[in-house]
Amino acid sequence: MPETTAPKTREIRTDYLARVEGEGGMLVTLHDGAVEDVKLRIYEPPRFFEGLLRGRPFTEAPDVTARICGICPVAYQMSSCLAMEEVCGVEVPPRIEALRRLLYCGEWIESHALHVYLLHAPDFLGYDSAIELASVAPDVVEKALRLKKLGNRLMTVVGGREVHPINVRVGGFYRAPEPAELAALEPELVWARDAALDTVAWAATLDFPDFEHDYEFVALAQEGRYPIDRGRRLVSNKGLDIEISEFFEHVEEVHVEHSNALHARLRERGSYLVGPLARYALFRDLLSTTALEAAEAAGLEEVVRNPFKSIVVRAVELVEAAEEALRIVRTYQPPEQPFVECTPRAGVGHGCTEAPRGILYHRYELAADGSIADAKIVPPTSQNQGQIEDDLHRFVTAYVQLPEDELRWKCEQAIRNYDPCISCATHFLTLDVERS
Amino acid sequence: MSAVAVKPKLSVWKFSSCDGCQLSLLDCEDELLAIAGEVEIAYFLEATSREIEGPYDVTLVEGSVATPHDVERIKQVREVSKVLVAIGACATAGGIQALRNAADADELAASVYPHPEYLSSLATSTPISEHVRVDFELPGCPISKAQLLEVLTAFLAGRRPRIPSYAVCVECKRRGTPCLLVQGIPCLGPITRAGCDALCPSYHRGCFGCFGPAESANPAALPLELRSSFREALHA
Repeated sequence: MPETTAPKTREIRTDYLARVEGEGGMLVTLHDGAVEDVKLRIYEPPRFFEGLLRGRPFTEAPDVTARICGICPVAYQMSSCLAMEEVCGVEVPPRIEALRRLLYCGEWIESHALHVYLLHAPDFLGYDSAIELASVAPDVVEKALRLKKLGNRLMTVVGGREVHPINVRVGGFYRAPEPAELAALEPELVWARDAALDTVAWAATLDFPDFEHDYEFVALAQEGRYPIDRGRRLVSNKGLDIEISEFFEHVEEVHVEHSNALHARLRERGSYLVGPLARYALFRDLLSTTALEAAEAAGLEEVVRNPFKSIVVRAVELVEAAEEALRIVRTYQPPEQPFVECTPRAGVGHGCTEAPRGILYHRYELAADGSIADAKIVPPTSQNQGQIEDDLHRFVTAYVQLPEDELRWKCEQAIRNYDPCISCATHFLTLDVERS
Repeated sequence: MSAVAVKPKLSVWKFSSCDGCQLSLLDCEDELLAIAGEVEIAYFLEATSREIEGPYDVTLVEGSVATPHDVERIKQVREVSKVLVAIGACATAGGIQALRNAADADELAASVYPHPEYLSSLATSTPISEHVRVDFELPGCPISKAQLLEVLTAFLAGRRPRIPSYAVCVECKRRGTPCLLVQGIPCLGPITRAGCDALCPSYHRGCFGCFGPAESANPAALPLELRSSFREALHA
């Protein structure tokens, strides 16, 4: 295209993003070479989960909210269980906690293996899909599928099945697995840990564009462990340190016209980032020795500010999840009772856990009979939405000279850095969020 | 090139849903590369950026129809599909989001969204078959991977899929799982279609109906059955 001197408007546009969960598009508008507007467009239809939960028994929340997302149903089950247990004044015993963490490790392994190899790697290597990649590097894809399969197997053994597990209930599980069932997982977990270590080394060799930003990272603090399955405080690298019950005092949500998902941001501070980069930046010292050594060997900085490198951090978390699963499997003792009886009462409960792509926050208000009077759910992708748009803005500004196709490819990759789950993001629907 | 061209084309589409049923295809870890060897994955956004135009020999549709735009989109998908299979509870029955069909849609949207006028959403969530002709329905929330593979294999071989329409009870008997109803645990097994291999009862949990109604299900009889089983449990 010949250069002209007149100001011109240019669009970088993808109508339907591939290799993400759910339906979204991207529109970057440039005017005279400068970025004028960035929209992560979410047209995944709203499903009104929070409205549909009202009036239903509190015991149904884990099974109903799991249906928000087929990729991270365990996150929904865990966050909702914790919230309901808080209302009931119940804390599950350590053996049930350990099983929950094991189930969650399964989801992390499945989801991270899926994202690292099947959704994100093709961007770095210049392929349309992992299936195409398999024709030139079958060993890489076979390893990915075997890792993913192990994650699914963990979820199946503990949860009954991989998509929408059936064994989770408020208070614990319907049935605790036999020790022999978990012991049988050990050899494959040992393989998985090694495969995850290879994944870290491999991911570190990919090419990353020069692109850093001083993000506000927000993650859940879990006592003594890398944050996954429970925690009472949310912290950031810029001074946020709050009880999860104070969430809405610090986070506001805005309904923008181009998105069926509300944007979350910190009051008076703006966008923040949740997910692997945030967990790693804040709780790197809680990683297992194996995972930490892998990160060091790969030359990973103590704080990773380049979102394109999230693929390496995800690989480090794959090691962590495999290592944690091994630890739990090797020390497993079945709980005396698979669940704690939970008697409902009127009150409010909060649950927050680390879904593979970041914190998933639930808040419920129960009536005295145990029916749900109000539900609020804030999934990770709605929290990252503002950050994704900010990244696109900065990226296009910095790389505006790239050819059209390459720039669009890189913009899509910049969105996939966040492993966005658009199906999730569309289903958090909150009352009284707009203060105009 | 010609060898590639004769491979049947598979397309996978998403409507209003959680992604879990199309994920089930990617969860076929042992079979995925073999499937990719037998068919051309011509459209499957969750897995690939590559988009090859139709017509498609087999199309899988996940999700329900819940927006005005999707009413049109499903017609276009039908036009380019020789065989259209609806997969999962959303596509075959409207899904969990069809709970809203009984609610006042405007009130629901207004109660949960600050700007309901930004939304473009229908008052109801409906199955694919209410909008276009569907060649086969595979139920489940989520679908069973084994059944998905059977459906794909069958249509590629030009035969009808062999998917049972009997109730979960048959699977419990086959597994040797003691009946929960006789133990006083509410269970939808007698009226729910098989396909999960009676998973919940094997965890000592009553079936909650993921696979939808079994053939000739008689839900009216179930409450009586439940009541009598509770009575027995009480007086045992």
